Amino acid sequence: MTTTEAKTDTVFGQPLRRKEDAHLITGRTKWVDNIQMPGMVHLAYLRSPIAHAKISVDTGPAKSYPGVIAVYSAADFGAEMGFMADAWTCHPDMKKPLNPPLATDEVRYVGEPVAVVVAETRYQANDALEAISVDYDALPAITDLEAATADGSALVHEALGTNQCYHLQTPGDSYEAAKAKADVVIKRRFRQQRLIPSAMEPRAVVVVPTVDDFTMYSSTQIPHVLRVLLALITGVSESKLRVIAPDVGGGFGSKVACSAEEIISLLIAKRLQLPVKWNESRSESMQTVHHGRDQIQDIEVAAKSDGTLLGMKVDLIADLGAYLRLFTAGVPLFGAAMFNAIYKMEGYQFNCQTVFTNKCPTDAYRGAGRPEATFGAERIMDELAAHLGMDPLKLREKNWIKHEEFPYTTISGSVYDTGNYEAATARAVELFGYDELRAEQKQRRESKDPVQLGIGVSTFTEACGLAPSRALGQLNVSAGGWERAEIRVTITGKIQVISGSTPHGQGHLTSWSQLVSDKLGIPFEDIDVLAGDTASSPQGLDTYGSRSLVVGGSAIVKACDKVIAKARRVAAHTLECDPDDLEFNAGVFSVKGSPGSKMLIQECAFATHLAHNIPDGMEPSLNSAYTFDPINLSYPHGTHLCAIEVDTETGFSKIRKYVAVDDVGTVVNPMIVEGQVHGGIAQGIAQAMFEEGIYDSDGNLTTGSFVDYLVPSAADLPSYTTDRTETPSTDNPIGAKGVGEAGCIASTPAVVNAIVDAVRHFGINDIAMPCSPERVWRAVHEAKQAHPHGGAAS
Amino acid sequence: MIPSLFDYVRATSVAEAVSALAGSDDAKVLGGGQSFIPILRLRLSNPELVVDVSKVAEMRGVRDDGDALVIGSMTTHHEVLHDPLVLQHAPLLAQATGTVADPQVRHRGTLGGALAHADPASDLPGVALVYGAQMTLVGPNGSRTVDAADFFLDYLETALAEDELLTSIRVPKLGAGWGTHYEKFNRVAQAWSIVGVAAAVRRDNGHIAEARVALTNMGSTHLRAAATEQALSGAEATDRAVHGAAQLAAEGTRPASDQNAQADYREELARVLTHRAVKAAAGLS
Repeated sequence: MTTTEAKTDTVFGQPLRRKEDAHLITGRTKWVDNIQMPGMVHLAYLRSPIAHAKISVDTGPAKSYPGVIAVYSAADFGAEMGFMADAWTCHPDMKKPLNPPLATDEVRYVGEPVAVVVAETRYQANDALEAISVDYDALPAITDLEAATADGSALVHEALGTNQCYHLQTPGDSYEAAKAKADVVIKRRFRQQRLIPSAMEPRAVVVVPTVDDFTMYSSTQIPHVLRVLLALITGVSESKLRVIAPDVGGGFGSKVACSAEEIISLLIAKRLQLPVKWNESRSESMQTVHHGRDQIQDIEVAAKSDGTLLGMKVDLIADLGAYLRLFTAGVPLFGAAMFNAIYKMEGYQFNCQTVFTNKCPTDAYRGAGRPEATFGAERIMDELAAHLGMDPLKLREKNWIKHEEFPYTTISGSVYDTGNYEAATARAVELFGYDELRAEQKQRRESKDPVQLGIGVSTFTEACGLAPSRALGQLNVSAGGWERAEIRVTITGKIQVISGSTPHGQGHLTSWSQLVSDKLGIPFEDIDVLAGDTASSPQGLDTYGSRSLVVGGSAIVKACDKVIAKARRVAAHTLECDPDDLEFNAGVFSVKGSPGSKMLIQECAFATHLAHNIPDGMEPSLNSAYTFDPINLSYPHGTHLCAIEVDTETGFSKIRKYVAVDDVGTVVNPMIVEGQVHGGIAQGIAQAMFEEGIYDSDGNLTTGSFVDYLVPSAADLPSYTTDRTETPSTDNPIGAKGVGEAGCIASTPAVVNAIVDAVRHFGINDIAMPCSPERVWRAVHEAKQAHPHGGAAS
Repeated sequence: MIPSLFDYVRATSVAEAVSALAGSDDAKVLGGGQSFIPILRLRLSNPELVVDVSKVAEMRGVRDDGDALVIGSMTTHHEVLHDPLVLQHAPLLAQATGTVADPQVRHRGTLGGALAHADPASDLPGVALVYGAQMTLVGPNGSRTVDAADFFLDYLETALAEDELLTSIRVPKLGAGWGTHYEKFNRVAQAWSIVGVAAAVRRDNGHIAEARVALTNMGSTHLRAAATEQALSGAEATDRAVHGAAQLAAEGTRPASDQNAQADYREELARVLTHRAVKAAAGLS
């Protein structure tokens, strides 16, 4: 629960119930799979069961199966199907393998699409898959990240001559100079395991062709971006393609994609002139929706013996999987400026090696680069504290940027506009009962209690709202960072917000209604949102990277300002006064010093639509649009504290208390913010303790169902204590900083730090994620065998 | 995933179900479907015929049969869990059933289905061993009774013949002086057991007169911890004695090594959980 009091003078800042929820919880959603079209046919994909092989495909036998309309392999499409897109050339020497949507002569990961059946029913399409004949001539599977870069390693892509995509080494010797002054240097290797995004709704596509244009319904986060990419890849004109993201059941980055199935569905609809549907099974989703994380992090910090941090050096090896998706190669670089986190230091070095393997491609997954960086930073700070015998909070306080030092240019070159780490931490410590828990921990250690207590700290920051566009251009990202909104004012004074940012569960309808109601003084109930359809909302850059409110919300506020300016002219004309003599408050224009002389904004709308008597030369419309390109990223932060009881006999870890104090700047709807924080914390705990995508040495995914890939449920998670501090951003008109990813960025290191802290006195200084009971037990068991009398100090 | 094509019969009586099974060389029985439907969908099994017995009235419900309860095999976990007779006379069954998966699964899944599937990680076969339950099997040649100890043969393998149905489970009442406990260890709440221990202990005058301990997921089928049971028999009812006996719990087991646990960890869990389960059953904790 959040103890911060809600504001009461406006809908802005109030925990209003989400307008979206009534239809969601009564089953009146429009998922892609609910869409039925006359004559619609169904697709099913044959996927490689082998990680790496030369293939030859014979689709013939499947064509005579009941209900089968067509069977296609790569040969049937040839150049028409183009190649999968990547959107970031993040290094001049970057290697880019060609990746046709259907495998041509070689498969490179289990699950790669090889052929597709079109049939009258979904059942018939799936039945016919067994009749497609594929010869797989196996090649060596490359699965180990470090072995892949060794001389003489077999290659994922023979044509590239290497398994390395690029190796970024930042110039400069600031770290070495800092290290030369250090009393203490510590180094750790952390492993970011592979994660499998598990949106509640798997992917699904429907394509409806008419004579020469197409409507695609897709469970996507990015209908606008998808339309452009499909046009570029398939040659179907952007103007002939309408993409609709109807209700979308979650994404977490996994639906920031232009998938093979979307490309092929469009081509089949075009070829057959029939509506087509593809609906992914959970098993397919786990094998083929892009995965997340998967890095080895070597991190070194140099400090003085009093705890003053001098520098940090980061060497990453990142597993890209078999091919590049939109941001595959760039995800590790989203962390390049974030490992230094909230800390001041003199030296910093970031190096990153990226490697192809015979596994599903990785790409953005909730947080994308920042969870990895934050984990590295917050874990190594706890290690440094333990090494120096300092309280981990004291060490952080000694090194963080003080609130009076903002705006602050960090060692890695970011400009943090605002922040107050002291305030968030003080509130978290108070809610947590930090001193009492430390006392209990001491007592449990002294009494050799089989259940030990650990306390984990995470004082995180992150970067939201990827922008400005010019900076993205300098980084060679093939996208801008702006967002567009239009405010349509109807004749009866209702509002339609045309949102370029597309929701997939975030609650845009509610938050946008609150923003507009606050700006225009029009009732919350009178505001609607059109989004997720390139016909009604033709321009936008969609939803990812915690950008919707920061960038898209700012566009709405700016568009509202333009509506008010137009309405002011109408009101002044009607009230026969100078526009500058009007005050606008809560939807009412009134003449300064003459309170009886008023006009509602709805009356302005009506008068404008009639256009019988508006100012000369004025366009008879209040509708206004704005495209907002921020001047900087935004930097939310917070302090998360976690207390965990570790049963040293079984290794089972139970979260006893979890306190999260987040500063996400100005808040529009605190209930939605809290929902994001709760879900994010759960997802971060999942990485810390439960989830791991595992491939065996042959390249088979051995965690291909929810029996083996452990997504925690409510029963496995604690109740969280949440609160907020509010330090508004100065880089956007709302003051918002973004919250979609904060929880999962902050919580993973808090949890792992707590587990390690619980057993550190056995001589343990790391446990690999996920910190499963067996890993914890084995660490304790082995430490006890190494030190049978339990004398190991921290 | 989508199952391959099969024929489907919804039986309304035991006789009808047995007759349908006899009429096909490749038939499978569908109960609550909580294990079988995923197996069908993953096409790990592709039967010609599926005989659905979940709606056979005579295979549902709990009745008191004097010194035992007789539980219809299609009684759902939810019904077992909330049945007053079960709560009174077979509390270990109720407790273990309460740890099975999640409420949605417990509303569909059945006691008989779980026993007939015989997954070594299932929570209920061990309970059947501890109670000395008897399975009633009905086939074309009539019915027969098999003791739990002879019913579970191997991984997913029981004494059930291809043409037989498990129709009911007879669970003897333990009577006065017995205490029971089920200790389950898993990674997430709805997951299968990594290891589980079902314990029943009869105390007599400060001693343990008799103990029955069954282990979940410590081999290809559920096992009795014979060495522990023997050590407990006649032992003092103390934590120390129970701890000592529990150290023998992994003897004779052959646990698997998999992604959730290596064999040595499972062995340690068997010892730790046996200690905890027996202590709780004996009223020592």
